[in-house]
Amino acid sequence: MVDHDVVVVGGGGAGLRAAIAIAQTSPRLRVAVVSKVYPMRSHTVSAEGGAAAVIATGDTLDEHAHDTVSGSDWLADQDAVEAFVAEAPRELLALEHWGCPWSRLPDGEVAVRAFGGMRKMRTWFAADKTGFHLLHTLFQTSLKYAQIARYDEWYVTTLLVDEDRVHGVVGIELATGRVEAITGRAVVLCTGGCGRVFPFTTNGNIKTGDGMALAYRAGAPLKDMEFVQYHPTGLPFTGILITEAARAEGGWLINKDGYRYLQDYDLGTPSPTPVLRSMELGPRDRLSQAFVHEQEKGRTVDTPYGPVVYLDLRHLGAAMIDSKLPFVRELCLSYERIDPVHELIPVRPVQHYMMGGVHTDLDGATGLPGLYAAGEVACVSINGANRLGSNSLPELLVFGRRAGIAAAEFAAAHRGRPGPVVRSRVADERRRLEHDLLARRDGRERIAEIRTEMQHTMEGSAGIYREAESIVKGADRLRELRERLGKATVEDTSRVFNTELVAALELEAMLDVSETMLACALRREESRGAHQRTDFPNRDDARYLAHSLVSRNPTGSPRVDHLPVTITRWPPGERVYGR
Amino acid sequence: MPDTITLQVARYRPDADAAPTTQEYVVPLREEWAVLDGLNYIKDRLDGTLSFRWSCRMGICGSCGMTVNGNPVLTCGTFLTDYAPGPIRIEPLANFPVVRDLVVEIEDFLRKLPAVKPWLVREDEQGVDDVEFLQTPAQLAEYQQYSMCINCMLCYAACPVYALEPDFLGPAAIALAQRYNLDSRDQGAHQRLDLLATAQGVWACTYVGECTSACPKGVDPAGAIQRYKLTAATRTLRSVLMPWAAR
Amino acid sequence: MSELTRESPAQGAHPLPAGPYRPRTSVFWWVRRRSYLLFVLRELSCVFVAWFVVYLLLLVAAVHRGNDAYQGFLQWSGQPGMLVLNLVALAFVVLHAITWFNLAPKAMVVRLHGRRLPSRIVAAGHFTAWLVVSALVAWLVVG
Ligand SMILES: Cc1cc2nc3c(=O)[nH]c(=O)nc-3n(C[C@H](O)[C@H](O)[C@H](O)COP(=O)(O)OP(=O)(O)OC[C@H]3O[C@@H](n4cnc5c(N)ncnc54)[C@H](O)[C@@H]3O)c2cc1C
Ligand code: SF4
Ligand code: FES
Repeated sequence: MVDHDVVVVGGGGAGLRAAIAIAQTSPRLRVAVVSKVYPMRSHTVSAEGGAAAVIATGDTLDEHAHDTVSGSDWLADQDAVEAFVAEAPRELLALEHWGCPWSRLPDGEVAVRAFGGMRKMRTWFAADKTGFHLLHTLFQTSLKYAQIARYDEWYVTTLLVDEDRVHGVVGIELATGRVEAITGRAVVLCTGGCGRVFPFTTNGNIKTGDGMALAYRAGAPLKDMEFVQYHPTGLPFTGILITEAARAEGGWLINKDGYRYLQDYDLGTPSPTPVLRSMELGPRDRLSQAFVHEQEKGRTVDTPYGPVVYLDLRHLGAAMIDSKLPFVRELCLSYERIDPVHELIPVRPVQHYMMGGVHTDLDGATGLPGLYAAGEVACVSINGANRLGSNSLPELLVFGRRAGIAAAEFAAAHRGRPGPVVRSRVADERRRLEHDLLARRDGRERIAEIRTEMQHTMEGSAGIYREAESIVKGADRLRELRERLGKATVEDTSRVFNTELVAALELEAMLDVSETMLACALRREESRGAHQRTDFPNRDDARYLAHSLVSRNPTGSPRVDHLPVTITRWPPGERVYGR
Repeated sequence: MPDTITLQVARYRPDADAAPTTQEYVVPLREEWAVLDGLNYIKDRLDGTLSFRWSCRMGICGSCGMTVNGNPVLTCGTFLTDYAPGPIRIEPLANFPVVRDLVVEIEDFLRKLPAVKPWLVREDEQGVDDVEFLQTPAQLAEYQQYSMCINCMLCYAACPVYALEPDFLGPAAIALAQRYNLDSRDQGAHQRLDLLATAQGVWACTYVGECTSACPKGVDPAGAIQRYKLTAATRTLRSVLMPWAAR
Repeated sequence: MSELTRESPAQGAHPLPAGPYRPRTSVFWWVRRRSYLLFVLRELSCVFVAWFVVYLLLLVAAVHRGNDAYQGFLQWSGQPGMLVLNLVALAFVVLHAITWFNLAPKAMVVRLHGRRLPSRIVAAGHFTAWLVVSALVAWLVVG
């Protein structure tokens, strides 16, 4: 057993920001950062387009807040949004002071670009590798602080809970297979999203919803799990994202007839140069839904990897593409073998982001004392029913910092080492991992088979459009898959770097998370933002201007309750784009 | 085009093997499949015990570096068809201890990295104020290339000096030090000098240049090192000729 | 970079494994790749550069000692063995010089009107300077 004051689970943007905040504000606390991959491999690294914060003259916090609230289809908590927009600029400036290579204006000031659903240019960017630069800047800055101890390539399998308080985590050191408790007075979950529950996603292999499952099993409820973001422009086959910045810089979406089809979906009228909050710069939920209608009308192009439309950047020219969108060109050249300077990019909607997550307050506190969460794993909520592009990166920073500081305060106020109950829980977990899973010999099925079936089930039941029947069917299917997982084989019995064992644990987590997603999706009998029910096509503020809160029944099944949305200044209204 | 290809994969299970062995697998040969897709096919369909690292499969997380037919590459960005008809030899990155199968230990790099102070050093270290440090696009361009490093370790695998001289800081660590040295906002160049201008620093490099050829992100670590040699030499010369003006 | 050492042998059915495999560098690693070979040859070239220095010193000494010594030196230099040695040395020195000049643009960033000059131009500058100096020397010696 190793002991720290605060245990941060996750070394992505949120986790590193939390750790740095603790190191800066409470230098005497010993912080552990536990991550299943080296921090710089975390999926924050793949974010491309940028991070929104008000800095440009003529922009205001209120406008950022209103864009965010209307983008969320009024499901965001407005007190959270107000805190978020107010603190975002300072966070991005902090990154600047730590060395982040933000793109600049000729006079040396930070440059901003347009982004979907935003009425002003307010998205800071580091070319189109914003997440990469942000993550490496945070990682390299974190190296300054000797009190941050890293546990790289440790997979956290459970939270240690006793007397209704969290006391740390149990993890497997992948390099040796050792199972060990890492204890602390407070735990901050920063484990990112769960895109891998879907077959076609922009998310990397590590985004398996582990933290959501850890919290859920420990008794902390999850929130708004039915809201899954589909990004309108992913490359077919790989699911690699072509950033929204491509449209913000002037790219067009065209169907098989070369027609800018978004004009047919109440998103404005086409103009040669980009217009904010209009056409290609509408919000992601609406653009992905428009694709589905185009497909139904037979105006998409069929490829071996599904129907596609095209993203046209040709009119932007090589110089602009190379300076503002070099990564887009690099990705197209190496993964599609096409050059966007001369050719159309085939794209289709792809699962991208999880609006829902562990329910927290404005300081990242969950329903379980001592447990905090921040980043994509958490749901504060500023994203509501639909996140605006470039709001996630500043969210990681703002709420990573807040959660870190709150956790540090909690840790400082609660002394005392974990008692015998915790110790016996560690022994139980060790037994489960080493004997029940590793030593299981009678299994029949492969982990990967079950995972693939789960992914297709989720695509069928929790896609861009949903309805009761398919959700219920999906939920039944998940129960069956869970049973099969209980009997599946872990072929690999080695202790050293056993990636198959990790895959089995990740699949367990994904099944839990999937189950909560379907439970919430079934309960919400309306269409709002990214949750579109064909059997309930309208928004229903009377019944559903509320968060879904899902917790686990003693029997193990999910129970969904509702929690009112906090409205401060912007009463629910119509979402207007392009008019 | 044949519809399958053979992968000869290096295996090492420390609990069972004294030294690495090779295992052959036949995987579908598809135009859009990267070598990594072939490995995932093996893991998901043929042999769940094969271990390797990967995550982003878009060439940015830096975890999937391996030796393919003798060259260090990112397996998510290298395609099976480029090696058709095969067979393709897949081994762990050279110059690192092998933890298991295709997984290598890179702790050595992570120990060296903090030593070069890869963060922005400021003399006026205080809280954040409300304005940014100005930096013109030209000043940004000065170090931008060196800020592109994804820590994939391909350059270490390609470097014979690192193989022979494990104390060598190595290409990526030096490039990252240069990334901050050349940043107009940084004031820490003199702090990094003591480590960089040593026998384990830039002077260990004999300019093989393989690091730059191996780098998938155009970082040009060899260039960073040569540039720093000039800086270090000038500084040394100046401190000998004009000891009063040192620093 | 965990704080832990691998002390506690994990309980359970499996013994603690043998640990990472450390491949040994083969003695012939440098023949594996053209660039490695070139690198080793370049490293080797320093011996020949040193030899040219010695040779030059011997020449100067001979000239200093008078005409006889100089004639003796020339005769000694004319032996086939010496010719071969010097030809080989010349080849290595040329290799050394070329790789050195190709390296120059890596170390020097030359800017003109705020734009970085392409490497080719910087290298070309060095080669031109080399040619000019060689021509000058040749003119001094021959002319
Ligand atoms: C392709 C792509 C492009 C994007 N572009 C943008 C953009 O332009 N702008 C924007 O605002 N947002 C963007 N986003 C969204 C944004 O990048 C993510 O929401 C955000 O980076 C998530 O960060 P995080 O810190 O919460 O999680 P991550 O960066 O995913 O980190 C999760 C961490 O948790 C660790 N972890 C997880 N489970 C465990 C476990 N069981 N044990 C131990 N450690 C664990 C992982 O090792 C990792 O370190 C993009 C997302 C994607 C996929
Ligand atoms: S310098 Fe290039 S090859 Fe070396 S670690 Fe960085 S990205 Fe990889
Ligand atoms: S999987 Fe991330 S770089 Fe290849």
